[in-house]
Amino acid sequence: MPERKFLVSPGPHLWGGLSVSKIMYLVVLALMFPTGAGIYFFGYRAISVIGVSVGTCLLTEYVCKKIRGQPFIMDWSAIVTGILLGLILPPTIPLWMVAIGAIFAIGIVKEAFGGLGHNIFNPALGARAFMSASFSVPMTTWVKPMGFAADAVTSATPLSGVSNWQQFDPSAYQAMFLGNTTGSLGETSALLILIGGVFLLARGIINWRIPAIYIGVVALMSLALGQDPIFHILAGGLMLGAFFMATDYVTSPLTNRGKIIFSVALGVLTVMIRQFGGMPEGVCYSILFMNAITPLIDRYTKVRPYGLVKRVESAS
Amino acid sequence: MNTLGVRLKKKGTPYGVKVPENKLTAKKQIERAPLPEKAILPLHQNIGAPCESVVKRGDKVLTGQKIGDSDKFVNAPVHATISGEISGTTMVVNPPTAQLVEALIVTSDGKDEWVKLEPPKNPEDLSVKEILARVRDAGLVGLGGAAFPTHVKLSPPKDTRIDTVILNGCECEPYITSDHRVMLEYGEKVLSGLNIINKVLSPDNIYIAIEDNKEDAIDYMEELIVAMELKDNFKIVPLKSKYPMGAEKILTKMILGREVPIGGLPLHVGVVVHNVSTAKAIHDAVVEGKPFVERVVTVTGAVKNPKNLLVRFGTPLRSLIDYCGGIEGNANEVVLGGPMMGFSQFDFDFPVIKGTNGIIVKESMPINEQDCISCGKCIEVCPMYLMPTLLARYAKAGRYDECKEAYIDDCFECGACAYACPANIPLVQYIKVAKRELAKRAVKK
Repeated sequence: MPERKFLVSPGPHLWGGLSVSKIMYLVVLALMFPTGAGIYFFGYRAISVIGVSVGTCLLTEYVCKKIRGQPFIMDWSAIVTGILLGLILPPTIPLWMVAIGAIFAIGIVKEAFGGLGHNIFNPALGARAFMSASFSVPMTTWVKPMGFAADAVTSATPLSGVSNWQQFDPSAYQAMFLGNTTGSLGETSALLILIGGVFLLARGIINWRIPAIYIGVVALMSLALGQDPIFHILAGGLMLGAFFMATDYVTSPLTNRGKIIFSVALGVLTVMIRQFGGMPEGVCYSILFMNAITPLIDRYTKVRPYGLVKRVESAS
Repeated sequence: MNTLGVRLKKKGTPYGVKVPENKLTAKKQIERAPLPEKAILPLHQNIGAPCESVVKRGDKVLTGQKIGDSDKFVNAPVHATISGEISGTTMVVNPPTAQLVEALIVTSDGKDEWVKLEPPKNPEDLSVKEILARVRDAGLVGLGGAAFPTHVKLSPPKDTRIDTVILNGCECEPYITSDHRVMLEYGEKVLSGLNIINKVLSPDNIYIAIEDNKEDAIDYMEELIVAMELKDNFKIVPLKSKYPMGAEKILTKMILGREVPIGGLPLHVGVVVHNVSTAKAIHDAVVEGKPFVERVVTVTGAVKNPKNLLVRFGTPLRSLIDYCGGIEGNANEVVLGGPMMGFSQFDFDFPVIKGTNGIIVKESMPINEQDCISCGKCIEVCPMYLMPTLLARYAKAGRYDECKEAYIDDCFECGACAYACPANIPLVQYIKVAKRELAKRAVKK
C-alpha cells in the first residue's frame, strides 16, 4: 500500500448531500414563479422592490455576521427572506421603507435571535408586521396591475374591497387565479405560487401536510361561516403563506403531528381574523402567532419511539 | 417446479433512507484470498466474554486448532486459521468497542495442515445438544455485525418460545456484497444451515428476508426451497431496498409487525434473526465438522479490482487491499464494515476478524456542521421513531438525563439521521458520546 495520509472519521461515512444551502437555493428557484408573476403584473415596481429587499437583506446579514464575529456563509437563506419580503409588500411602497423592513427582518427577527435555525418568527413576516405598524398608509395603498406602464391606478384589494363576501362575483375567480388583480407584489397569482409549491413538494423540500391542511381548513371554515371558500383560498396571501411561509422549517413544528395541529390552527385563525378581526387579511398574523406557539407544540407532540411497550432489562 | 406460495408479498417501509448502493462486486464470484504469512488472531472476537489463550509461544498449531477458549457461556472460542507456530502476542484495538485486546500471532509454515475434523454428520442423526456443542466448538458468532455467539442465540431461555426465525439476507449496507454472493454460491449450505436452526428452535414460521436489489438471490432461494423439499413453513419475504432494512428490530417489525421492547432483544417477542452467512457457517460446523476459520469479505471502493474474497481470519487488511490492486485516486480512508455503520480504521495491520464483512477504501468525507434548522428530516427517517435532533441537542449541552428520557437507548446508531441531515450534524456521534457518558454514570452508581 502506498504511503499517504489517512483520516479517521465517525460514521456514517456517506451523506445524502441535500445541504441547507441547496434547500434554500431550491426555494429561491421555486420563488422565481411568483416573482415572475409579480414582475409581469407590476413591472419596474416589482423589480425595484424585490431588488432592494434582497440586496438589503444580504448586506444586513453580512454586517450582522461581521459584528458577531462569525463567518458569512452564502447559504441563500437571506435571499429567500429578501424575495419573500418583496413579494408580500404593496407595489407602490417607497423603496427606503423596503430597506428598513429588510434590515428589521434580518437584523432583528433573524440575527438578533441567533441566526438561521434560532429565529422564533419568520423573518419576512416579522418585518411585514413591523412595517404595517410603522407605515400604515403606504402598506395599505394598492394599485391595479399595470405591467410596465408608468401610471398606476389606486384600487382596493379583493379582500379589503368586499364588505359582504357572500355576494362576491365568481367571474373574478379567473383574474384572481391568474393574478391579474390588486394585491401584494407576489401574492396575486395563485397559479404561479402553486407551480412553485408543487416544485418544492416534488423535490421533497416541504411537507404536504402544512399547505394542504392550512388551505383545506380555510375552505371548510369559510363554508361553515356561510362564505365563498374559493374566494377565501384565492384572495390575499393565503397561497403564498401556505406554501412558502408556514412551511418554513425553523418556525414550524418538528413532527407530523405537530405540523397538523399547527396548520389546522393556522386555517382557523386566518378565517377568524378575516371575518371578525380589525384587518382585512389574517395570513401574516396567524402565521406569526403560530410561530410563537411552535415550541409549545413541539413539546407536546413528541414521537412515540419504537418498542415503547415496557422497558425490559437487557438480557445478558 | 411449483414455487407457488413460497414467495410472499413484497414489503416496504416509509422510514429509513435511500442510499446509493454502489454494489460494485455484486456480480463477482467469490475468490480465495492468499493465506497470510502471519495471522493475527484477537482473543476477543465476540460480544461476550474474551477467550483465554490455551497455547503458548513456540507451540505448533494446525489449521482449525483451538487456541483460545473460555468457560463462560456467552463466548465463542478462537481457532488457528493457518498452520504454523505461535510466534508471539500483540495488542490490537477492536474497532467497534475501541478497546485494546490481546491477539496471538501465528507464523505460517506454508502447509495449511488441518486438524483432524469431526466426521461429517447428517444433522437428522444429531441431538439438539450435540448440534449446539458443535456450533460452540466451531467458534461461531453472528456474522451480520454484532458478533453474538451463535450457540447462545440458538439456546433461548426455557420460558421463551421462539415462534419465528428470520434469515437475514437483506444486506442493506451499500457496497457490501458478501451475503449476496454467499446466497448465490453457497445457497444449499445456507438453507441446510437454516434447516438445522429449524431443528434446534422448531419455530412455526421461517422467513428468508431479502431486499429486492438482489432479485437473483430471491429467485435462487425460491428454487432451492422447492428443490430441497424443505417444509411448507419456509417462506421468502422480498423487501423494498431501503437502509437500514436489515437491522433485526426493523425486520421483526416489517415482517411480523412486532416491536422489540426498548432495551430488549427480538427473542423477547419470540423471534430470532440469523444472518445468511451465519447459516452457511452453521452448516459447515454441524454437517462438515469444520471450525470457523474463514468468511467472505467484500473488498471494495477505491481499489483497482474490487473483489469478494474468502478470507482466513487474521489476514491483515493491508495484504487484502494490495491483493485487490491497491488504492486508487485520492482515497484516504479505510472503513471496516459498511459505510453507514462501519468504523474508520487507522491500523492497516489490523486483521480481518469474525465480524468483518467488508473493507471499503474511500475518500474521507468532510463534516461541515451547521446549526439545526429544525427541518425534521432526521425524525422522518429514523426507523426507531426517535427525534435525533433533540438527542443531539441534549448531548451537546451535556443534558444526558434528558437523552435518557428521550429514549436514547432505543437508537442502534444506523446513521440514517446523519445521512439525511441538511446541516451535516454528526448526530450519531453526539448520540454515541451521550450513551457512553450514561454508561459511565450507570457504572458509578
